[in-house]
Amino acid sequence: MERLTNSKNKKLKSMIWKIFLFLLIAFVSIAGITFPIVEKPEAWYEFPFIPGLEENAKIIFFHVPTAWLTVIAFLMSTIFSFRYLRKKNLDEDAKAYSAAQLGMIFCILATITGAIWAKFAWGSFWSWDPRQTSIFALLLIYGALFALRSSIESEEKRATLSAVYSLIAFVTVPFFIFIMPRIMKGLHPGSIPTNPNEEQLNPVIDFKMNSNMQLIFFLSLIGFTILYFWMWRVGYKSIIYRDKLNNKLLIPTKSGQGG
Amino acid sequence: MSDYSLMSDSISKSFGRRLIFSDINFKWEEKGIFGISGPNGSGKSTLVKIIAGLISPSRGKLIHKNSTGEIIPEKLHNHLGFVSPYLVLYEEFSAWENLKIFAEIRGVTFDEARILFYLKEFLLESRKDDLVKTYSSGMKQRLKFIFALMHSPEVLIFDEPTSNLDDDGKKVVYKIIQDQGKHVVVIVASNETKDLELCNEIILLEKFKN
Amino acid sequence: MIAKPFALFKKDFSSELRTRYAINSLAMFIIVAISVILFSIGNERITESLTGGLFWVVIFFTAMSGLARAFVSEEERGTSLTLQLISAPSTVFSGKLLFNIILVFCMNTVIALLYSALFEEFVVKNFPLFLLTFILGNFGLAISSTIIAAIIAKAGAKGTLYPVLSFPILLPLILTSVQLTLFSFDGTSFEGAKFELAIVVGYDVIMLTASYMLFDFIWKD
Repeated sequence: MERLTNSKNKKLKSMIWKIFLFLLIAFVSIAGITFPIVEKPEAWYEFPFIPGLEENAKIIFFHVPTAWLTVIAFLMSTIFSFRYLRKKNLDEDAKAYSAAQLGMIFCILATITGAIWAKFAWGSFWSWDPRQTSIFALLLIYGALFALRSSIESEEKRATLSAVYSLIAFVTVPFFIFIMPRIMKGLHPGSIPTNPNEEQLNPVIDFKMNSNMQLIFFLSLIGFTILYFWMWRVGYKSIIYRDKLNNKLLIPTKSGQGG
Repeated sequence: MSDYSLMSDSISKSFGRRLIFSDINFKWEEKGIFGISGPNGSGKSTLVKIIAGLISPSRGKLIHKNSTGEIIPEKLHNHLGFVSPYLVLYEEFSAWENLKIFAEIRGVTFDEARILFYLKEFLLESRKDDLVKTYSSGMKQRLKFIFALMHSPEVLIFDEPTSNLDDDGKKVVYKIIQDQGKHVVVIVASNETKDLELCNEIILLEKFKN
Repeated sequence: MIAKPFALFKKDFSSELRTRYAINSLAMFIIVAISVILFSIGNERITESLTGGLFWVVIFFTAMSGLARAFVSEEERGTSLTLQLISAPSTVFSGKLLFNIILVFCMNTVIALLYSALFEEFVVKNFPLFLLTFILGNFGLAISSTIIAAIIAKAGAKGTLYPVLSFPILLPLILTSVQLTLFSFDGTSFEGAKFELAIVVGYDVIMLTASYMLFDFIWKD
C-alpha cells in the first residue's frame, strides 16, 4: 500500500514540474515574441526601443539561454567524464553522453540564433568575432566527440576514450572564453572593439533592458535551464535502461550510443 | 628463495555490462607451477591479462608483492615474464636486436652470456641475426620465451605455451617450466592436458561464470 | 630518467631508417601540399597575412599526415602489448613524444625553408621572434598531436578521424602562432608580442601536463 502511494506521489510531483515548465516556457516564448517594442514603454508588457536592433532585440531571450546551456552541458559532460575515469562506472558515461548530445543541440541553436542576431546588429551573418569562433570551436569539439564515439564498438573503450577527449577539449576551452577575446578584435560585447579609435573593451551588456525585459530574460534563462535538466535526465536514464535491456535480450535494440 | 607472492582477492571482470567471471580467489607464493584452465570464452586470457597488469579487474584486487612491498601494475614489467599467442615482436629487427631493444627500454643490462645461453636452449642461436620477419611461427614462439625470461622475472605467465611448437619445441618448454617452477611462480593457462599435468594447482574457470 | 624513453625513440628512429617512411611519404606530402597552394594562387599576389596563415595550414596538414604513425603502427601490429610489458605508460608517452618532436622540427624546418624560397611575402623582419614562435609552436603541435594520436590508435580509427579530433584542440595554438608569425613578419618587438608568447607557453605547459595525466587511461586497455 505504501509503495503504491510513494510512486503515486512521485508521479504527481513529476506532473506538477512538467506543467510548471510548460507554462513557464510558453509564457516566455509568447512574451518574448509578441510583446511589442515601443519608444516609451508604459504598459507592463511593453519593451523599450533599442536603436539598430528594434524588433530583433527579442532574440536575446533565446540566444543567450542557448549559449549559456551549451556551456553548462559541456561542463557537465566534462565532470561526468572525469567521474567515469575514476570509478569506471558506465552510468557516469551515460550521463556525460546525454549532456554532450544536448550540448550539441544547444550549440547549433546558439550558433544559428547568434548568426541571425549578427546579421541585424553587425551587418553580416559571420565575421569571425572571437565569441563566434569560440562557439564554432565548441561545435567542432562536439562533432569530433561524436565521430570518435561512433568509431568504437566496445563500451568500455568508447567511454574511456571519449572521457579523455572531453577532458583534453575542456582544457583548451579557457583559451577561447577568456584569452582570445582579449587579443582578437571582435564585435561581441566584451571584446576589443574593431574600431581602432575606441580605447575600452566593448561593454558586456550592450543595451539597456528595462525591468520588464530583464524579468522575461531571467525567466527564459530559468525555463530553458529546467528544460535542459529534464531532457538530460530523460536522456541518460533511457541510455542506461537500453543498455541493460540489451544485455538481457537475444536481439539487442539499437543502442543509440553513437554506435 | 624469493619473497614473491601473488594474491587475488575476489576479482571479477565485466566488459561493459557483460560479466566474464566473478569472485576468483587464490594466493600463489614463492614458487610452483599453477594452472588456469577453462573452455574457450571462459575468460582465460582475460584473467591472464589481469594478473599481468594489462587490464584492471572490475571488482576486487590483484596484488603482487615482493620483499620491498606491493608492486603496482605500472611497475610490474621488470618482475614479470609473459608469453601468449597474441604477443608480437618487432619483425623489422633481428632476434638479437629485438632483445637488445627490450633490455634498453626496460632499463636492465643486456646480459649477453645469458641471452646466448637461452638462444642455445631454444634452438635459435644460428638464426639470432636474422630478421624476425623470416621466422616460422614455431621460432617466433620460442623467441617469445626468451623475451619472457631474459630479465630473470619473479613471475612467469605462459598463455598457451605450446602453441605452434613441434615435439622438440614442446620438450624445451616443458623443461623450462619445470626448471623455473623450482624458483619462481609459473602460471600456465591452457586447455592442453599435457601442459596442465605439470601444475601443482589448477583454477577451473567454468566454475566462476554466472 | 630519460634513458628508457630515449631507447624507445632509438627503436622508432632505427625502424624509420629501415623503412624510410617519413622521408618518402612525408617529404612528398610537403612538396605536394605546397605545390597545390602555389598552383591555386597562380600569378596572384597574396598578402603577408595570407602567407602567414597558409604557412601554418601546411604545417597542420603535414602533421596530420605523419604524426599518428608513432602510435598507430604499434597498435596495428599488436606491439602495443609488447611495450606495455616492458615499460611504464609514462615511458611510452615520453618516447613517442620525443620522436614526434624531432619529426615536427624536421618537417617544419623544411616547410619554412620552402616557404621563404617560394613565397614573396614570407619575409621575416624579427628573426628571433620567428624562431621563438617556431620552437614553441612546434612543441605545442607535437604534444597535442601525440596525445590525440594515442587516442585514435586505441580507437582503431582510420586516418580521417585524426584531423577531426586534432583541429579543435590545436585551434588556440594555431591562431596564436599565426598571429605571432605575422608579428615577426611585421618586425614587432618582443614587448609587443609578449601576451601572445605567454599564451603559447601556457598552452604548451597545460597540454603537456594534461597529456601525461590522461595518457595512462588511454594506454591501458
